[in-house]
Amino acid sequence: MINRCELFWLFLSGGLLLGVSLGANDAANVFGSAVGTRMLSFRRAAVIASLFVIAGAVIMGEGTSGTIGSLGITVDIINAFVISISAGISIFLMTFINVPVSTSQAVVGAIVGSNIYYGYSTNYTELTSIVISWVTSPVLGAIVAVLLLLIVKYIIRRTRIHLIKLDVILRNLLIVAGAFGAYSLGANNIANVVGVFIPVADIYDIGFLSDTGIPKHYMILLAGGIAIAVGIIFLSKRLMQTVGHNLMPLTPESALVVVLSHSIVLFLFSSVWLRDIVHSIGMPWFPMVPVSSSQVIIGAIVGLSILKRANEINTKRLGVIFSGWIISPPLAAILVYILLRLNQLVF
Amino acid sequence: MVLFKTSTKIIQQVEDFFGNVEQGALTFKRGVLNYLDNNRSGFRDNIESIVVFERKADDIRRSVESNLYQRSLLPQHRGDILKLIDSIDDIVDMSKEILFQFDVENPTIPEELHSDYRKLTSVTVSSIENLMHVARLFFTEPSKVRDAVHRVYSCEKEADKLALKIKRNVFSGNLNIDLSEKFHLRYFTLHIENLSDLTEDVADLLNIMAIKRIV
Repeated sequence: MINRCELFWLFLSGGLLLGVSLGANDAANVFGSAVGTRMLSFRRAAVIASLFVIAGAVIMGEGTSGTIGSLGITVDIINAFVISISAGISIFLMTFINVPVSTSQAVVGAIVGSNIYYGYSTNYTELTSIVISWVTSPVLGAIVAVLLLLIVKYIIRRTRIHLIKLDVILRNLLIVAGAFGAYSLGANNIANVVGVFIPVADIYDIGFLSDTGIPKHYMILLAGGIAIAVGIIFLSKRLMQTVGHNLMPLTPESALVVVLSHSIVLFLFSSVWLRDIVHSIGMPWFPMVPVSSSQVIIGAIVGLSILKRANEINTKRLGVIFSGWIISPPLAAILVYILLRLNQLVF
Repeated sequence: MVLFKTSTKIIQQVEDFFGNVEQGALTFKRGVLNYLDNNRSGFRDNIESIVVFERKADDIRRSVESNLYQRSLLPQHRGDILKLIDSIDDIVDMSKEILFQFDVENPTIPEELHSDYRKLTSVTVSSIENLMHVARLFFTEPSKVRDAVHRVYSCEKEADKLALKIKRNVFSGNLNIDLSEKFHLRYFTLHIENLSDLTEDVADLLNIMAIKRIV
């Protein structure tokens, strides 16, 4: 007879699989430029990314996970499982036809689909802030990338640094920016992996280190972080070695700027601490929502291409990516509806 | 930390390489001038010196190549930089070859042509010196390469004009020399002219490399 603890982990596996998929795909956004331009070995990149993604998930993952948890009512753990599985299947289907999609969009689409199925109202305030963030985050990525590139170019020009020395400095900065990116990725995107499980975890004995007094949600965030790390270590190599060349060829300076922009934007959408400071002086701040790592990267690359007036950007590929962003949320919503209907019919 | 030390070492090697090429070019100039002045001992010394410079340039080139690959430095620019160093190394090789040709073939150069040969040699060596300046700029201030490279082009054009002038004088009939000697002089003019053409090719390469760095 399966006990409640085993049941929890069995259903959480749906979210963890999503975490593995996220690690496999999104780690390339963080270290792809460095590995793709052969400035960093895959092994080194994978170890750094894994450690920092877990740290980000556990230390700062609470903010965005709270937003995902409050988007609608997660009825029970089976519902949470179906949401994760539907998001996972829609990502798989889109990836199968070679269209990159955002895990955040698939998860949000699935939560909305679940709300529609159960007849619960969606928290439209949160939904609106999430949908706005899908538009603002790539735009912000582009703006930050343009500003950073101008600063980097100015510094390089002023210091007249030798190309060989610059290469070594950029290599080290790419490692630092990548680590920051992995931390921000863990902090921001952990919500997609375990966000829907946290509200229903209270009634379960999760077993794992439960007698230590550490709150349950930290354990779940840790498990999600480890799942992302597994995806990075075992499944991200091929993508990491090819990303960065798909949309536009990147110089090492541009690669650094793209990774740094991505890290900064994800951090801005994840840091509760920063939000509280800005709110305390009466200023508006970014909502704590999981944004798409890929969308921010693409925004940054498009920003750089506009700055450089480059014709090298692959507009056809960009069109395919945009269409993926539009299709994936309704696809996940339809899938979750079908799966919940099937669940009702079978059980 | 190791990479920082290695990069400092490679930067020094690249600087030594450029310095060596400049020394080789000056030795080439002195060699041609000594030949024209019939200073045989000076000319022999110049040949010995340019052999040393050429060998040293080859050693540095090999060391830079292996260091860049072993340390996986400059993955994006490595191919271009190695091509650049190879091409610059060809300049020293060609300078040495020309001096050897003077030594072996011992061309008879009429007094009337000495002044133009001196000018042709000087302007060719200026072209090499300007090229080394551009090569250094590529590594530190690539945005200035585009303007600086014009000095190389202007020297090369000047060398072309002088070479044409020499060839016209040789075949004009004003000089009392055999047709075989005229052919001989034409080849020696062509050898020096080829050297300045080579600097133009390397300048083109540097121009493209700089654009790639800036964009």
